[in-house]
Amino acid sequence: MSTANVNVNGYYVIPPDEVDPAVSARRAKSRRNLWIWVGRAAVFVVVFGGWQWFTAVGWVDKFFFGQPTGIVDSIVHLFTVGTAFGTIWENLWITVQEAFLGFLLGTVTGVIFGILLGSNRYLASVFSPYIKILNSVPRIVLGSIFFVAFGFGIFPKILLAAVLVFFVVFFNAFQGVREVDQNLIANVRVLGASPLQVARHVTIPSAMSWIIASLHTAFGFAIIGALVAEILGATRGIGLIISHAQGSFDPDTVFACMVIVAVFTLVAEYLITLLEHVLLKWRPPSRSDAQAI
Amino acid sequence: MGTAIPTPQPPGPGTDGPEDAARIDIVDLTKRYLTPKGETFTAIRDVSLSVEPGQFCAIVGPTGCGKSTTLAQVSGLEHPSGGYVTVGSQRVNGITPGVSYMFQADSLFPWKTVLGNVMMGPILLGTPKLQATVLARDWLRRVGLSGFEDRYPHQLSGGMRKRVSMAAALINRPRILLMDEPFGALDVQTKAIMQGELLQLWEELRPSVLFITHDLDEAVILSDRVVIMTSSPGTVKNIFDIDLPRPRGDVQAIRHEERFLELQGQIWESLKEEVTRAYAQTAGAA
Repeated sequence: MSTANVNVNGYYVIPPDEVDPAVSARRAKSRRNLWIWVGRAAVFVVVFGGWQWFTAVGWVDKFFFGQPTGIVDSIVHLFTVGTAFGTIWENLWITVQEAFLGFLLGTVTGVIFGILLGSNRYLASVFSPYIKILNSVPRIVLGSIFFVAFGFGIFPKILLAAVLVFFVVFFNAFQGVREVDQNLIANVRVLGASPLQVARHVTIPSAMSWIIASLHTAFGFAIIGALVAEILGATRGIGLIISHAQGSFDPDTVFACMVIVAVFTLVAEYLITLLEHVLLKWRPPSRSDAQAI
Repeated sequence: MGTAIPTPQPPGPGTDGPEDAARIDIVDLTKRYLTPKGETFTAIRDVSLSVEPGQFCAIVGPTGCGKSTTLAQVSGLEHPSGGYVTVGSQRVNGITPGVSYMFQADSLFPWKTVLGNVMMGPILLGTPKLQATVLARDWLRRVGLSGFEDRYPHQLSGGMRKRVSMAAALINRPRILLMDEPFGALDVQTKAIMQGELLQLWEELRPSVLFITHDLDEAVILSDRVVIMTSSPGTVKNIFDIDLPRPRGDVQAIRHEERFLELQGQIWESLKEEVTRAYAQTAGAA
């Protein structure tokens, strides 16, 4: 900075050819955003363009690996013509119901057990070996048992989704309860809180940030549970369409179903994020949220 | 709940008047802990001291001498290994009613607003929500935080959070206030302001106070009585009565009074030995 830029009061004066720092920072930010989107578009073009090109030229056999244009055709076909098992909407609705109810059941039981075992050391010691064993069992196989026991309906699918969700939520709720600030508990106990009041005012709200964080992963598991259970045996659902397409060597339809489920999962993910903002509005904004200039 | 007035319940039938209900007697108090290695560690041994109703008593001592342990026994959060504590004329067994605790960490609920935090005391005593809100607003006004009711703790400065803690601790008009280095984490200027405000509120409500601090000046400025504890295992070494006139007024001005310097010097003589010994212990262990 030269002395010419300092006025009589000793303040630094922005020379006319220099831009206001706030304006230049905003420009730099929008330039950065533009380049991020350019990068994203490039990745998309390379991956899908490459796929399309390789299958078109014949280096990769589209009979086995599908083709982006084929997948788009297949999606259009699914929505206009429908499937062998009714319209795509009917089938999607079944899968959504299974995933959602399984998610709900798994979350509620996971939270209840997590908080119970997290706040009671005796129960935790009694159940911990069993929970470890159950957690190491490949639970997806339970789908077969549920299928045998409960048949083709949506109930066994809900059950499998719930089992997968349960463990994710349970471990987070358990850990959340264990991480509660002991000072806060001491404080309310001195003020005369009963164990129930301690749970309501301290333990549960404090564990909530752990539980909410687990819901993102848990919802993915609910979808997996519902789809796998449908593949194992169903009369309706996206999983059935997938297994049917697999049987008729139609990879495009399998990919089309993947896209449809992905869109649905993104919507659900968005709703969970909204819930997170409502329930955890007390949290200080994380550092990464504030844009550094 | 039928209780409309959010004051703590009287300690039960057969006790003396409200004056004596705030008396604390600590008799031969000993607390041992089992370390993870299986050894016993004696935190405090044969601690005996009394706090008269409405008295402000500070406990000073080297780090790790069991000051906080003593407070935990008085509140009833822990059970002593030997000796006992009486509050009023009742022996402490479980949580003592009518006690408030203030910690160094500000122990506010991060998920509750300022108003929600202050309301907790009356709510836990079963006060209807509306009444608790009115009361909490009044206390926020007293600590100078009107207009901040809807903020969350992370949006406040350290000094403001302390004020909220203070309102939350005093709203139930406790007969006993336990303070564990409440101003330890504050900067010097904020600390002086908070000390002044604490003294004002204390003059109004007159609870008996047990106040732990590392800051000798703070102990002398605030208290009627300063207890020096020895290094680990902690026990009472000396008790000094502080005869500076009440109300103390400007806490900054007291520091220059002759009597303050005299008392401060005496107490430091007694404390210095313990601090040196505690330092040698930790330095040897490291």
